[in-house]
Amino acid sequence: MTTLIGKSLLAYGGVMADDVFKALADPTRRRILDELADRNGQTLFEICARLTTRHGLGLSRQAVSQHLAVLEAAGLVVSRREGRYKFHDLRTDPLKHIVSRWLGPQPPESTP
Amino acid sequence: MRINLTSVFVEDQEKALRFYTDVLGFEKKHDVPLGGEDRWLTVVSPEDPDGVELLLEPNKHPAVMPYTTALVEDGIPATAFAVDDVRAEFDRLSELGVRFTQEPTEMGSVTTAVLDDTVGNLIQIMHTGS
Repeated sequence: MTTLIGKSLLAYGGVMADDVFKALADPTRRRILDELADRNGQTLFEICARLTTRHGLGLSRQAVSQHLAVLEAAGLVVSRREGRYKFHDLRTDPLKHIVSRWLGPQPPESTP
Repeated sequence: MRINLTSVFVEDQEKALRFYTDVLGFEKKHDVPLGGEDRWLTVVSPEDPDGVELLLEPNKHPAVMPYTTALVEDGIPATAFAVDDVRAEFDRLSELGVRFTQEPTEMGSVTTAVLDDTVGNLIQIMHTGS
């Protein structure tokens, strides 16, 4: 991100809300999040296999990698190395930020 | 023409033989010294001793390590074996300390899991159905 001009002031941890909305705008990326919500900590191979066999999305490995890069830029997915393997985890913090923007503080459940 | 042999590159043939026999349950079929420390080393399934042999091939060629390392990083199996019940094998092998990079998962018409063979490869196990 080279400039903040024209960007939302809603930022957290260096990630802008624009990145989150952009990441969520694509149905394939939402499917990837669905699958990571089903089980966290997947290899690229598992994500590709799930998209192909469960959703009929015959994407190339490179295409899935690019989708993951967009999700990582938005802070929705983090990849971690564990020994020789690389796993991908879902992170929902950015979603809480964009939702709380409009929902605001929750009113008290009941007032005596 | 028939397919009677397939291979995986292994970092250590003796360690590979232990894993593929003692842990996975295959049987040694051929073990022929090739000069130096390399062996022509194959295993077969006890369910099909005259079937396809798996060659545990030394990984000394310089192209092999970059290849296997890149596959393992992305979780891609070097080959796949058929089992009767992926979940039962997952339980049995996990008990023995085998590391899985993918737990049993329904993938359309098959159920699969992916394990580390301890000598540089990931191996997929699969059965048809859920």
